Amino acid sequence: MKNKYSIFSLIKNAFSYHENWQKAWKDPVIKKEYDAIIVGGGGHGLATAYYLAKKHNMKNIAVVEKGWIGGGNTGRNTTIIRSNYLWDASAGLYDHALKLWEGLSQEINYNVMFSQRGVMNLAHNLQDIRDLKRRTHANRLNGIDAVYLSTEEVKKFCPIINTSPDIRYPVLGGTLQRRAGTARHDAVAWGYARGADEMGVDIIQNCEVKGIKRNGDEVEGIETTRGFIKTKKIGVVAAGHSSVLANMAGLRLPLESKPLQALVSEPVKPIIDTVVMSNAVHAYVSQSDKGELVIGAGTDDYISYSQKGSHDIVEGTLNAILELYPIFSRMRMLRQWGGIVDICPDASPIISKTTIKGLYFNCGWGTGGFKATPGSGDLFAHTIANDEPHKLNAAFNLNRFVSGDLVDEHGAAAVAH
Amino acid sequence: MFLITCPYCGEREQSEFKAGGEAHIERPKQPTELSDGEWAEYLFMRKNIKGIQLERWNHAHGCRKWFNVVRDTNNDKIKKIYKMGEKPPTI
Repeated sequence: MKNKYSIFSLIKNAFSYHENWQKAWKDPVIKKEYDAIIVGGGGHGLATAYYLAKKHNMKNIAVVEKGWIGGGNTGRNTTIIRSNYLWDASAGLYDHALKLWEGLSQEINYNVMFSQRGVMNLAHNLQDIRDLKRRTHANRLNGIDAVYLSTEEVKKFCPIINTSPDIRYPVLGGTLQRRAGTARHDAVAWGYARGADEMGVDIIQNCEVKGIKRNGDEVEGIETTRGFIKTKKIGVVAAGHSSVLANMAGLRLPLESKPLQALVSEPVKPIIDTVVMSNAVHAYVSQSDKGELVIGAGTDDYISYSQKGSHDIVEGTLNAILELYPIFSRMRMLRQWGGIVDICPDASPIISKTTIKGLYFNCGWGTGGFKATPGSGDLFAHTIANDEPHKLNAAFNLNRFVSGDLVDEHGAAAVAH
Repeated sequence: MFLITCPYCGEREQSEFKAGGEAHIERPKQPTELSDGEWAEYLFMRKNIKGIQLERWNHAHGCRKWFNVVRDTNNDKIKKIYKMGEKPPTI
């Protein structure tokens, strides 16, 4: 039984210089066989394992991770959480996640620093205004909070934005989702890992999957760098490397893996207390609790697994940031990095069974998977445990690329690509 | 960021080019005969290779011509460049 984190445990451990904290998860001996194996120890994978154990009573399961948990896109994103998507299916999926975020710190007894500071999306031209108004109406019909703001209201909500009509892409309006916000990305992985570990889930790090063993149309287990592990159910949550895993099982996916970059500035005093995104000029910015500006750039248009992006992408983003926030002109950037995102043709995820029995894929989150972490894990766990999708992820099946029933969120949903 | 040698203009920055994705995907000869599954294969399914990939690029801010590139997607190193219509080299 793990010690509960609280103000009292914090005080108690302060007396021993924080040297006696219990390990949050163990380094387990790998068993020969598990009831299910999750491939990928990021937020989504660990959340899947957590909900499999918690809600579906599957305790004999493992998460295998080629590096360290949360070291992939979970630790590389810009931590934005929102659910203001256009289509009904997406609204259901992302708002399910947002509702789980609202109680997550209590649920897993781990402070994920979820902060509902609001997310504002800016309009810079007539079509932006039409699209954002349409999305606001669609959101409200789906019970998702959304308001449309005039230029003056944008300025009032975030005073440092340059709303002068003389700039190249003037701010003509915007939308605001007040329930949206940010969370501490690492804490999400660690919190789910701790919670899953407590229920008996084996979290196996430094264990890369090298092959998926099949017996006809069923899975038998995985070949890893630490030996063969037998299982009847494999849930792959490998983000940018999903196609590599699919290839091992002889499957093809509609994904392209591309570098997505982000950067943070030197820390400064609180200056921006919300998240502002702009699709048209591709700039989004928020401020971390440490005081760094967190800036998301765009994807490169070529396939790459190098975790490095092009400088011109960063330059374009910073040009836009400087025009919208002249106050940042002398800020220095501290760090810049890239992650590999798996993009679907319709910019919606895949949480689905496959043609191979016992093989499930949760992928295609592209540039915006972090916000869905709890919901994705919950629904993927349901899909694996029952061998049937939950009604909230039924539309996100792999077969939609055959049936043509796409959930086309490209551009429509304030998705910044 | 890397440099690409356009077969028509020479070495230029990658930002001058537009990536065109996987090369050698042939348009079906009899589109009316295809099943939904075959359409999905043609339209959406991609190899998305980690390693040596054959891909198309367009010199969008230059001569605007298309050509093929053999590139290692692990490190973005270009192995070979060949023109449209030419057979892919063996690497």
